[in-house]
Amino acid sequence: MATLEIRDLHVSVDTENGTKEILKGVDLTVKQGETHAIMGPNGSGKSTLAYSLAGHPKYTITSGTVTLDGEDVLEMSVDERARAGVFLAMQYPVEVPGVSVSNFLRTSATAIRGEAPKLRTWVKEVKSAMEQLQMDPAFAERNVNEGFSGGEKKRHEILQLELLKPKIAILDETDSGLDVDALRQVSEGINRVRENGEVGTLLVTHYTRILRYIKPDYVHVFAAGRIVESGGAELADKLEAEGYASYTKGGASE
Amino acid sequence: MAEAQNIPVGSTTAGSIAVAAESTVATRMSAPPSFDVGDFPVPHGREEEWRFTPLERLRGLHDGTAVATGDGVKVAVEAPEGVLVETVGREDARLGRAGTPADRVAAQAYSSFDKASVVTVPKDTVLTEPIRIAVHGEGGVAYGHQVVELGAFAEAVVVIDHTGDAVLAANVDYVLGDGAKLTVVSVQDWDDKAVHVAQHNALIGRDATFKSFVVTFGGDLVRLHPRVAYAGTGGEAELFGLYFTDKGQHQEHRLLVDHNTPHCKSNAVYKGALQGDDAHAVWIGDVLIQAAAEGTDTYEMNRNLVLTDGARVDSVPNLEIETGEIAGAGHASATGRFDDEQLFYLMSRGIPASEARRLVVRGFFAELVQQIGLPDVEERLLAKIETELEASV
Repeated sequence: MATLEIRDLHVSVDTENGTKEILKGVDLTVKQGETHAIMGPNGSGKSTLAYSLAGHPKYTITSGTVTLDGEDVLEMSVDERARAGVFLAMQYPVEVPGVSVSNFLRTSATAIRGEAPKLRTWVKEVKSAMEQLQMDPAFAERNVNEGFSGGEKKRHEILQLELLKPKIAILDETDSGLDVDALRQVSEGINRVRENGEVGTLLVTHYTRILRYIKPDYVHVFAAGRIVESGGAELADKLEAEGYASYTKGGASE
Repeated sequence: MAEAQNIPVGSTTAGSIAVAAESTVATRMSAPPSFDVGDFPVPHGREEEWRFTPLERLRGLHDGTAVATGDGVKVAVEAPEGVLVETVGREDARLGRAGTPADRVAAQAYSSFDKASVVTVPKDTVLTEPIRIAVHGEGGVAYGHQVVELGAFAEAVVVIDHTGDAVLAANVDYVLGDGAKLTVVSVQDWDDKAVHVAQHNALIGRDATFKSFVVTFGGDLVRLHPRVAYAGTGGEAELFGLYFTDKGQHQEHRLLVDHNTPHCKSNAVYKGALQGDDAHAVWIGDVLIQAAAEGTDTYEMNRNLVLTDGARVDSVPNLEIETGEIAGAGHASATGRFDDEQLFYLMSRGIPASEARRLVVRGFFAELVQQIGLPDVEERLLAKIETELEASV
């Protein structure tokens, strides 16, 4: 069973005013089939956790370990992490001019699966995944994220989640900027992937509303660079009612 | 003279957005066009037409010190039946009709060549196979002149392939009769040390269509000056260019479309990728719509993709309009970077860095390459792009 283990993770970034520590000792274990919601106020470091796990060059790991089934994730390059089964759905995916969605998806699937998917089954696979996400087929011929609306970008991220079938899916603020219909369709996409029981999901979010569609097994409250409280789904209800005030009072939240 | 209008639209990554201020395309040049090299002063580098070019790397083409060595280039023409291929002397009346040398090096070439090559496709002849002109550098200095002439309603594709090592200055004339259709693919696939400076003159007959692909990969310094003028109404020019500028290379493309005749069209699209320290690409797009050229429809675009730090682009579109009675006129220039965020995004989907770069560059060039319509040339270009990319990682 795939297991992602994060132990005492410390991460900093370089800023104009010198190095700044953002993650201050994160411990978390995510197993295949489980869904963990990471909730916290702006600036608590939850997106930093997501990007650090994917290997974004902006973040420097100063101490701690991250392993996937015992393999050292921090030693891997960004593409190796992806091929090992770590997927990050980004909050702000970038435009890649000149590269069509269909070309991108196929290149990516070929890299992740280790061989080019058979063309006929691949076309069907993409088509049906796009239909389920209510995406126009013409979308496949557009350039990656170029001119996409906020909702289109998120659907495109979840489309990749469905096609790439990772072991660990990190969803960074996938709910932000979506209207209710889009949120529901995107959540259904995430649930289809979860239902097969093969993915461990780390749902990073500021708001509780996505949790109406995606039921987490565990909820963790993130503040000032670490997990300050963990509980079951009921913790989200508490956050819904009380907000983050009790966690940030006097804290070093930026 | 009617009011000239300069509309600056452009961006460069490390370069500048230059605008030709009060002067016109013609008066910005340091001397009027001439066949005689003596009419041009030796450039010092600050002239408008030379300011981007490293003169010290021209190997004397600009100051009269580059003397033809006799072993400069070998030219071989392979033409299908029905095409007339001749080597002629300087006095041949068919030379120099498509345009006049516009700068000192072009005039030097015109004043210095010994023999010229003339390829003629007679009236009404429609070729199904391309004419192939191989220009192979043998390591010396050479001055050349090439004429390609299509009679009325003739149709032809010409591939001019430059390989090897040489210091070459040349003029190429394309003369299109009424209703003729000419597609030219000029590939600059030189060895690393080559220096190539050429002026391409196209004179487009009434209702004729000229389509040009200029593809520049090689050389230490390549400076090409494709120019278009119209001999009658209804002419169309499509000017496509593709360049891949590597570490230390200087590749310069200076276009001039002279809309001197009513109801003609032009469309220019040049795209370049750059990588490595001191890779320098220059693109100048001068479009002149003269007062008489009512009904003109023109568009020009330059796109650059900078793959690494240390590369420099200068992109200067310049549109001068002397009549308001036109169908359309526009231009665009943009220089983008393949940046760390794009690389991260593609890599986070399992795609290795080298493959990510390849994906982006192939995508960037694909629409242009596909328009060439010659499978062997397209395949070679794509293979060349792959090689260039592999050299970078």
